[in-house]
Amino acid sequence: MIVAGCDIGSLSAKAVLMNNGDILASHVIYAKPEPEESAREVMDGALKKAGISLDEIAYTVATGYGRNHVPFVDGSESEIACHGRGAQWIMPDVRMVIDIGGQDAKAIRLDENGNVIRYAYNDKCASGTGRFLEIMAGALDVELEEMGEISLRAKNPVTISNQCVVFAETEIISLINEGRDLSDIICGLHRSMAHRVASLAKGIELEANITMTGGVAKNKGMFAALQEALGVTIRKVDTDPQIMGALGAALFARMAAGGDK
Amino acid sequence: MIVAGCDVGSLTSKAVLLNSRRILGHAIIRSGFKPEESAREVMEKALLPAGLAMKDIGFCIGTGYGRDRIPFVGKSVSEIACHAKGAHFLMPSTRTVIDIGGQDCKAIKVDGQGNVVKFFTNDKCAAGTGRFLEVMAKILGISLDELGTLSRQARSPLLLASTCTVWAQAEVIHHLNAKKSKADIASAINQAMANRVAILARSVGIEKDVCMTGGVAKNAGVVTALEQQLDVNIRRLRADPQLVGAIGAAVFAREKMEGA
Repeated sequence: MIVAGCDIGSLSAKAVLMNNGDILASHVIYAKPEPEESAREVMDGALKKAGISLDEIAYTVATGYGRNHVPFVDGSESEIACHGRGAQWIMPDVRMVIDIGGQDAKAIRLDENGNVIRYAYNDKCASGTGRFLEIMAGALDVELEEMGEISLRAKNPVTISNQCVVFAETEIISLINEGRDLSDIICGLHRSMAHRVASLAKGIELEANITMTGGVAKNKGMFAALQEALGVTIRKVDTDPQIMGALGAALFARMAAGGDK
Repeated sequence: MIVAGCDVGSLTSKAVLLNSRRILGHAIIRSGFKPEESAREVMEKALLPAGLAMKDIGFCIGTGYGRDRIPFVGKSVSEIACHAKGAHFLMPSTRTVIDIGGQDCKAIKVDGQGNVVKFFTNDKCAAGTGRFLEVMAKILGISLDELGTLSRQARSPLLLASTCTVWAQAEVIHHLNAKKSKADIASAINQAMANRVAILARSVGIEKDVCMTGGVAKNAGVVTALEQQLDVNIRRLRADPQLVGAIGAAVFAREKMEGA
């Protein structure tokens, strides 16, 4: 039995297809202006990779920001539940998931069955979300995907004193004018953002086995900065951390369709 | 005896010249990169029309963001104390001052002598500061002045759901794409600004009379929205609200001279 999970985020859309407990295919695209369009395109991409068609999918669960606008779904689940479920399926002993999305950040504590015990969430302030890095990449004229690599070359990281995205953007412009090194600025930005996300996670008490999900988890500099800010080792998922929400949604689809957990 | 107050803010620099009775001259300029240069430039601009020179100034007090980098001042005083003092000078019945600057916002409780009793500041978050309006005016492609008057023409005023400047910016772009009128969007922006400032003002406790200082006080849309939010009449001052910090600094300078 084939099931699907579709995660429509603000910045990217993800789809995962599962067949009897194996990941059949996954696909990630940049989000389109309309969530329906993102959903269709990302599913088509995943289906093409798997070499199957939409009517072979027994059950589909949607999640993410645009989850209520996916035309072909059978059900929907919160991103919090999906990220928890997805991460724990990959790494059964994980008890905490830190997910940084394009427009939010979440810290989720899980029990041994992957159920959410407690969570903290920020979507009110752009600081501490993927948007922070996106705006800074624009101001620094670097690609978002390059930021991690560049930051690893930092020798004297700057301290960013403003937490607000708007004020921090002005601050880095002055740092550029002062002739500070790009890698030192980016490393400082990662630390500043990590500090913000760490306080969110500490607010619900840290667990021993922590992992990071969402697109920002692929940023090596951010990953390292968050470890430093939390003072613990973060375990890396061996699957693309960006598809964790869609994977969780596919697992929910499988349960709903009557398959094993 | 002539004294001066020089307020070097993040966005604008202001200078005021005062004798024992009245304001002799004043100037407002856009701040440059170096506070030293902004201070000198704004002072010269205030002195020239009054037919005065730097040597005629008995004492000068600096205030604002760049106050510790003004070369010609005898002393510097916090913006909070200067806004309270300036508002009291212009309107002795003032008990609450709401000052919205280029990158901060303050609510100040003042006693009958113009001393600060209590205050709250926000300079951590751009929402509720002049920067919020600046960002929004830029997306609408209008000036800050237009943003203030445009909301009066709103027919179906909109609302912004977000507080954060970054998210609110996305909402404004969304409204623009949906072909909403700029007047209706401007109304939403001024309302959002007032909502945020009202939270700060309420936490200090509103006591009459209330006045507003700083550049944003010239934005009629924000003032009206704030009056509605706080359910209080905001008294207009008899001088440019943007000059109040510099006026307060000059009043401190005069007190210093008289005391000495």
